[in-house]
Amino acid sequence: MDNLITVTSFLYVLSSVGYISYFFFQKEYLHRIGQVFLATGFLCNSIMIGYYYAKTGQIPVRNLHETLLVTGWAVAGVFFAFQYKFKVKVLGGYAALLAAACVVASFLVPGKIVETQTIFNSIWLIVHVVSIFVGHAAFALACGVGLLYIAQENAIKGKKHGFFYKRLPSLDLLDSTGYACIATGFTLLTIGLITGFIYAKSVWGRFWSWDPKEVWSGITWLLYAAILHGRLTVGWRGKKAAVMAIIGFAVVLFTFFGVNFLLKGHHGIFTR
Amino acid sequence: MVEIILLGLNHKTAPVEIRECLAISKEEAAAMLDAIKKSASVNEVVLFSTCNRVEILMAAGDKAEAVETAKRHLSEFKNVPLSQFQDSIYIHEGDEAVRHIFRVASSLDSMMVGEPQILGQIKEAYFNATKRKTSGVILNRLLHRTFFTAKRIRTETGIGDNAVSVSYAAIELAKKIFGQLEGKKVLLIGAGEMAELAVEHLLKNRVKEIFVANRTFKNGVELARKFGGSAIKFEEVPGFILQVDIIISSTGSPDIILTKDQVKRIMPGRRNRPLFFIDIAVPRDIDPAINKLNNAYVYDIDDLKGVIDENLEDRNKEAIKGERIIDEAVISFKQWYDSLDVVPTIVALRNKIDSIATAEIERTMHALNITESEREALYRMKNALINKIMHNPTHLLKRDGCHGNNSVYIDVTRKLFNLDE
Repeated sequence: MDNLITVTSFLYVLSSVGYISYFFFQKEYLHRIGQVFLATGFLCNSIMIGYYYAKTGQIPVRNLHETLLVTGWAVAGVFFAFQYKFKVKVLGGYAALLAAACVVASFLVPGKIVETQTIFNSIWLIVHVVSIFVGHAAFALACGVGLLYIAQENAIKGKKHGFFYKRLPSLDLLDSTGYACIATGFTLLTIGLITGFIYAKSVWGRFWSWDPKEVWSGITWLLYAAILHGRLTVGWRGKKAAVMAIIGFAVVLFTFFGVNFLLKGHHGIFTR
Repeated sequence: MVEIILLGLNHKTAPVEIRECLAISKEEAAAMLDAIKKSASVNEVVLFSTCNRVEILMAAGDKAEAVETAKRHLSEFKNVPLSQFQDSIYIHEGDEAVRHIFRVASSLDSMMVGEPQILGQIKEAYFNATKRKTSGVILNRLLHRTFFTAKRIRTETGIGDNAVSVSYAAIELAKKIFGQLEGKKVLLIGAGEMAELAVEHLLKNRVKEIFVANRTFKNGVELARKFGGSAIKFEEVPGFILQVDIIISSTGSPDIILTKDQVKRIMPGRRNRPLFFIDIAVPRDIDPAINKLNNAYVYDIDDLKGVIDENLEDRNKEAIKGERIIDEAVISFKQWYDSLDVVPTIVALRNKIDSIATAEIERTMHALNITESEREALYRMKNALINKIMHNPTHLLKRDGCHGNNSVYIDVTRKLFNLDE
């Protein structure tokens, strides 16, 4: 399996190179290269996760090594899903780079042996983990789309078209893609939190225990709820929505990694 | 040997006063093609004329004579003394003529680099020449290569990308903001050629509805009818901004007709859906500060011209790639053209027959298992056979009959025996 993670990292890195060259040179075949490498990398990544699952009967998110591996997998998978619908081709560079960063980091962090505990064998836990990871990957994409939106809007408002203007898609497409990413991410986060509560109740006997991760997840949820609410009621869109998506993702990153390193709590062991 | 000669004048060498005097209509072109073709020195001729150029393309045995003939006919047909345009004329021969026609068709020689009309105009001119039967083996091939090269340049370089007119530039911007223009609503304030052109482009992009506001309501109604839209009163403009997406303004008003505050108040009611203002008027109609509002974009005429300049620069960069493609095309055309020479064709034909005969003899001998002397006899027979076969074709190809133009026979020979593979 050590070989497979090298292969996966390698494929993701090549895919990043393909997508980023596509961004610069705008040649369709470069985009295809990026796509093929990302798809192959995703396949290898899936095999690895499947292997870990088969070996232990648990979702492999028990240490930082495994968590990063699943994160890279979620980013690549979610990107493909959104690409199918929205076709923001230039986003490939961002997504592939993110997936590559996760898997390469996972490769560098040795997997600590974690005792297999029976409390990890629960359908609620599986749903909880998968929806949280996929949801967060959607938020990551929303952030990338937001960055592209800001670059494109600056080009249009500044009236100096140039590098970005030609390469980036229309503001409308970026805006609606960002919205779709956030809506999807929020739905999955909600499912993840609910299943988390149910799992907590079944294992520890209470829904909510003021664990720092729980608190920050709650904050993340409220923030994205506010973003969506603003959009639906008073029309928070365009640049405002793009900035919110970036801030939102910063909070997600803190919840995901920061809490584990800086604060304590029962999620801690998974990411150290 | 027949040579390719091109004689012409264009916007770079002749002022518009001369070009308009020499412009050739379709009927005149037909008569002129016939007249030039009648001349003994000219084998083939194609001519085309646009508002920016007149070009006469010929394949001729006697260069000097052909040039004089073309000049004389141009002068006589248009009733302009030769002395008036003599200095504006350029003459290209051989490869240079080929390169010139490639560049013209690919729009590298145009006033506006990359403009798409020229290729169609040349195609039409060629069609007319084929109808008059004044185009032959050489020019047919040359023009087909021309169309191919021009198409290749258009698809492989960005020479035709990016708008270089104000109304197109505005539409491109609108597409970058809204993605699709389908279903969008447009408000035209005032009137004017550029503004109306922009509306027409928008209609082609299937916008949903056009509103027209004019200080004189009657004029507004007329314009609205032209576009199949509806007229509104000038005072209603601020209210309508609530529902439209694109505003094109082109009034003669000395003052600003829409202020930042007016638009700012409207944005929440639009739920911040984007608004694009195209201000073609001078002095300006739309407060430029509106561009600072979220989701509102204002482009005035100078901004649009800035975009066009940028695009033109890009086209010129792409034109360099186009020149490279033309270099290649000129070389490959030259190869074909040189093959029209008699000697290489005869040699190629002989080699082809020889290789077939040799291969067949070898195969037969392999099966028969024969002696060395029998083998030599067979080879002697082969050579005699080839000489006999080659006798008549060689004679015909080398004969300087057929109006001094044997390129037809050479071309047919090469095609019959597939000598160009």
